[in-house]
Amino acid sequence: MEEIWELFRLFLRSAFVENLALAYFLGMCTFLAVSKNVKTALGLGIAVIAVQAITVPVNQLIFDLVLKENAPLLQADLKFLGLICYIGVIAAIVQILEMLLDRFFPALYNALGIFLPLITVNCAILGGTLFMVEREYNFSQSVVYGVGSGFGWAIAIVALAGIREKMRYSDVPIGLRGLGITFITVGLMALGFLAFSGV
Amino acid sequence: MSKKQSASQLILDPVFKNNPIALQILGICSALAVTTKLSTSITMAIAVTLVTAFSSAAIASIRNYIPSSIRMIVQMTIIASMVMVVDQILQAYAFKLSKELSVFVGLIITNCIVMGRAEGFAMKNSTYDSFLDGIGNGLGYGFILLVVGFFRELFGSGTVLGITVLRKLERVDGVWQGWYEPNGLMLLSPSAFFIIGIIIWIIRTRYPEQVEKA
Repeated sequence: MEEIWELFRLFLRSAFVENLALAYFLGMCTFLAVSKNVKTALGLGIAVIAVQAITVPVNQLIFDLVLKENAPLLQADLKFLGLICYIGVIAAIVQILEMLLDRFFPALYNALGIFLPLITVNCAILGGTLFMVEREYNFSQSVVYGVGSGFGWAIAIVALAGIREKMRYSDVPIGLRGLGITFITVGLMALGFLAFSGV
Repeated sequence: MSKKQSASQLILDPVFKNNPIALQILGICSALAVTTKLSTSITMAIAVTLVTAFSSAAIASIRNYIPSSIRMIVQMTIIASMVMVVDQILQAYAFKLSKELSVFVGLIITNCIVMGRAEGFAMKNSTYDSFLDGIGNGLGYGFILLVVGFFRELFGSGTVLGITVLRKLERVDGVWQGWYEPNGLMLLSPSAFFIIGIIIWIIRTRYPEQVEKA
């Protein structure tokens, strides 16, 4: 029971306190570029949750069984090969997910469109894996962390998209229009999310 | 890019006129988290410049042999190898810095600047031009990073590169010394967004043609 609470706390922490987008600035490029309306933002958010929930545990297994010092499968310290393995795994999983969706859920596949392949170069995904390695999560923790951090990212992008939709009606100084005001909005949102950590 | 650009244009244009962060919204991902201190910003700027320059050059040199269907994977592998070299060098010679940068060195792989330049420029241009273009875009990225890092460290902790500039207000042996009360907000993540927002505002006031149509 204690362990389940521990995992639940990890979920809340990864989704809110350590929000990948607003506390670590990960996945910012897509975050700013695809947050123009709520519908696409929601689609991308769901895709990120799915990919994150699969890649983090898979990379955890690879790290634990193969790359780690004295790992069960290979008695060599291959940690330096980590980066290239993780990005390979991410690219492969995104590709597989794309094919599966295309075959079994064509509606969802069409809705996600270009965003799926873009997720490969989304720093939030690789970032989640790297944080998992750095903090030495075990398998169950990595599953929870993957889902939680993806969920946090999805919430953040949907919220930003909502704000930007409303912002179309406001009077912004000319030089600040577009990207500038978006940055400042994200800053204010990050301030709001800081409240979760109890500052 | 139809007309041929000179070497100085290739390097200088991306710094102000066509800044990858301010105009192309590329590579913000890792740009912000490392800027609480100037020293980490400088390391990151150098690392990204080197990775962009060398991976662009490497990709440009084999651009005619890469089948276009698998070019993403080829680019990714080249970039990842460059980043691994940088990561190992940092761990070997600057362990403390590499600990402070934590995962963000690895995240250079997914930094859209590197990928963007590889895809947008290196695939179509000669090795030498791509190398210069990589340096230019790395510098443009580094420029923003340094400005943000400078202000965050100055106002957040009253220091520049660890040297005290604005003396903190503190009580030493019962006597109040110094005068500066650090602005804690500058050390938190939101300040980076505000500073970049303001930089973009300044650049776009100077070059009004960059303003987006709302």
